[in-house]
Amino acid sequence: MTELLIGLVATPLTGALVTMLLPRFATSVAIAAGVLTTVAAGTLLYGVGTRGALGYDIGGWTAGLGIALRADGLSALLLMMNALVMLAASVYASAYFSKTAERARFWPLWLLLWTALNALLLSGDLFNLYVTLELLGLSAVALASLGNKTAAVQAALRYLLVGLLGSMLFLAGVSLIYAGYGTLDMASLAHVAQAGPIVWPALALMTVGLLLKTALFPLHFWLPPAHASAPAPVSAVLSALVVKASFYLVLRLWLDVFAEAVTPAAASLLGVLGAGAVLWGSWRALRAERLKLLAAYSTVAQLGYLFLFFPLLQALPPGSARDLAVGGLIILALTHGFAKAGLFLAIGIIQQRSGHDTIRELDGTAQRLPATTFAIALGGVALIGLPPSGTFLGKWHLLVAAFTTGQWWWVVVAVIGSLLAAAYIFRVLGHAFGHRAYPNQPVAIAREEWPALLLGVTAAVLMGLAGAPLWRLLEGGA
Amino acid sequence: MLTAQWLYGMSGCLIAALGLRTALLHACLLHRLIGINLTGAGVFMVLIAVAYRGAGMPPDPVPHALVLTGIVVAVSATALALALARRLTAEQIND
Repeated sequence: MTELLIGLVATPLTGALVTMLLPRFATSVAIAAGVLTTVAAGTLLYGVGTRGALGYDIGGWTAGLGIALRADGLSALLLMMNALVMLAASVYASAYFSKTAERARFWPLWLLLWTALNALLLSGDLFNLYVTLELLGLSAVALASLGNKTAAVQAALRYLLVGLLGSMLFLAGVSLIYAGYGTLDMASLAHVAQAGPIVWPALALMTVGLLLKTALFPLHFWLPPAHASAPAPVSAVLSALVVKASFYLVLRLWLDVFAEAVTPAAASLLGVLGAGAVLWGSWRALRAERLKLLAAYSTVAQLGYLFLFFPLLQALPPGSARDLAVGGLIILALTHGFAKAGLFLAIGIIQQRSGHDTIRELDGTAQRLPATTFAIALGGVALIGLPPSGTFLGKWHLLVAAFTTGQWWWVVVAVIGSLLAAAYIFRVLGHAFGHRAYPNQPVAIAREEWPALLLGVTAAVLMGLAGAPLWRLLEGGA
Repeated sequence: MLTAQWLYGMSGCLIAALGLRTALLHACLLHRLIGINLTGAGVFMVLIAVAYRGAGMPPDPVPHALVLTGIVVAVSATALALALARRLTAEQIND
């Protein structure tokens, strides 16, 4: 079972090398590597669900010197979401990139990104996290620059500089921790780390670095141009997965490793920034003129909801109420991953078929591309948080936790954010369902429309039903 | 000898802060890139100072290994940034 942990990193890495050596077979090799990785992620999720957390020390070197891989309920769930979204986006990308030269450039970087995501989620110590963060950042920037326009290169360059700055701040925090405790293994740090003059500045440096990479308001300025000018499958994973990876780290550091050192004031600060993200991101999404920009600003807003949980979790005593809130937070993050990936893929189809993604000129899209429009609507259901989507469950537990702890003001933020989300989704659908008739349109579903549809269904229906097993898994794994 | 360790550590912090200032305040891309690299150099210097374990004792190898890895990462990231900057300049000239 523990070999799976290596397989999850080695399979996409081998795929990346093979696709680079054999560009002619790149697509089939990449899809095969993707299917294998997805099977491994599913097996790992099952294994963690039945046996609890797993660990593996590469080469027999124990934590401290060697590279330790760890998987618990939280990392197994995120690995599974990554695998499903990456696989769906891979199928879509095999139709999206038509030229052999484009494919030869795309697939190796794509599989490297997948490798970095998996390695990051499995890393057990802070320094390996720094390395995987850099791997993730570099492959994400290279993919974002494939947009082939001056705007894409410019956005990618800014993304790179912001990412580098973020990793440097993270590394500075890591070196402070090593100076103070002589270890970077997260499991041992969780036992020894205490509030004080070492942990506070270190945690502050690491958190600011990670928030820069997670694009939390007001550090979100780089995200909309980078996510909006990348090729569609790349935008999908940048928005759905890459920003979640650094968010996962914030979550690990604040809830697990340095939980002792977190003060209510610090948690409230994250909540206030999250509230700013929800309001500002949703407002800008409503005012956006292009679909891709709308989706990118919606990502800024949806990331904000995740940070609203921090002051609530800080106020809740350990127990079932807190576990429920943590589960709500995770389900919100997972559902957003599926919904946003599906939305970006659907937008990519519209952009390729009609040559633009201007919202005002979507007239008749519902008649020309019914399946794609349906995928946008499904993603919209999940972004707004209508039942039975996973977002509904997540927001429900946000509200419950807010009322239990008496912090009702977060409810106001969530309600305004949801109303704005409904407004920006219905604005798109309103334009897509134009008055003009386009007779004799074919109703067949094209191959590239399936991934977006399936991701939409997962977000809007399946995640809502997955609540109970998900909470059980988190409790067993933690 | 404890003072030497502090001297190196504090100089590292100072260099990192100066680099950070350049990276944040300058508009020129090359300035910012060099600033980020300086920040990295400062952090590496702190790590090297952390490795000191007293006179006559061998230094702690782990921070040294971390610095080596960090240098490799920083060099590759700088290369990618320079490659993107060249492509941007070329495209701006073409336009």
